[in-house]
Amino acid sequence: MNLLLDLFITFFKIGLFTFGGGYAMIALIENTCVEKKHWITHEDMMNITVIAESTPGPIAINCSTFVGFRQKGFPGAAAATLGVTLPSFCIIFLISMYLDHFLEIAWIAHAFWGIKCAVAILILDAALKMISKMSQNALSRLLTAGSFAVMLLIDIFSLHISTVALMLTAAIVSLSVFAMKKRMENGGNKT
Amino acid sequence: MIYLQLFLGFLKVGLFSFGGAYGAIPLIRDVVISYGWLNDEMLSYMIAVSESTPGPIMVNLATYAGSSQAGLPGALTATFTVILPSFLIILLIMALLETALRNPWIQAVLQGLKPCITGIILATGVYMILQNCTADTEHAALNIQAAVLTLLLAVLYFGAKKVLKNGLSPILLILLSAAAGILIYGI
Repeated sequence: MNLLLDLFITFFKIGLFTFGGGYAMIALIENTCVEKKHWITHEDMMNITVIAESTPGPIAINCSTFVGFRQKGFPGAAAATLGVTLPSFCIIFLISMYLDHFLEIAWIAHAFWGIKCAVAILILDAALKMISKMSQNALSRLLTAGSFAVMLLIDIFSLHISTVALMLTAAIVSLSVFAMKKRMENGGNKT
Repeated sequence: MIYLQLFLGFLKVGLFSFGGAYGAIPLIRDVVISYGWLNDEMLSYMIAVSESTPGPIMVNLATYAGSSQAGLPGALTATFTVILPSFLIILLIMALLETALRNPWIQAVLQGLKPCITGIILATGVYMILQNCTADTEHAALNIQAAVLTLLLAVLYFGAKKVLKNGLSPILLILLSAAAGILIYGI
């Protein structure tokens, strides 16, 4: 199949089935683009997740642009991003035109209650996969456990702390450890 | 002119919405209310609609606000604008990425960010399960239907990984969960 068309259709499907924010999409992209199509590696996926979280905009757009560009440059990025955006654009446009009482439609609400349970499992799956493939050193484990605990507290008590603050802290900790190691190495060399 | 306003308003949203969709909601609220595109009530309703329809919340809200103000051209303008900044930023980053990844200091930053984001995603998943299994109940602390459904889906999904070579695709899991939801809550 034409690669551009393949990118468009693949990301159209991903866009159509991404509910509940970008994290669930990570499981979908991992499943399609890493495991089935081999467009990117797990390491790429990890990098793009970090980049997506550190740059503005929806994760969906960041990921589709990244994968599309890897495969076929600018046209690829455009095809994938168009694909991932089109389903939600069409659905919301139709709702805004014709459906004033979308949330009151019983079977849609019921389906969504079911989907919410699946989305939570997909997010858990994405996280577990990331943990299993992460470099297993003390610092990584500490940062994972620490940010897990803080994030859970933020969620439970609805604290007004942005994930950006959490990420900045982790970056500073990691940089300091790196700087200290480098200094110790340099010091070792001198003596 | 409404198209220019939509362009400027959603450019701001696309450019400054760090920290995921929920982090961006205050900024979106600020923009759509100050331009008078949606009122608070309508915005809350549309956030709920966005949550039950696929796709990024930011894109959903842009499409809706644009469509309500200026029909299809408005929806196209707002949606195009809200995704433009992240599209361009990723292209820019990718041009520099290979060089940047060889820098040990950037590697050190990434070594900190990766576990942090992993922890954030894990917490989001765990909290979502807790929320699903406790919300919307008037009589009991536990939403039994949601708890049972979550357990069933989890056994099915993680079990399929052990038994089948490719496991169960996330898309299939979502289709199954939607059908199960209609079945369980409908009767």
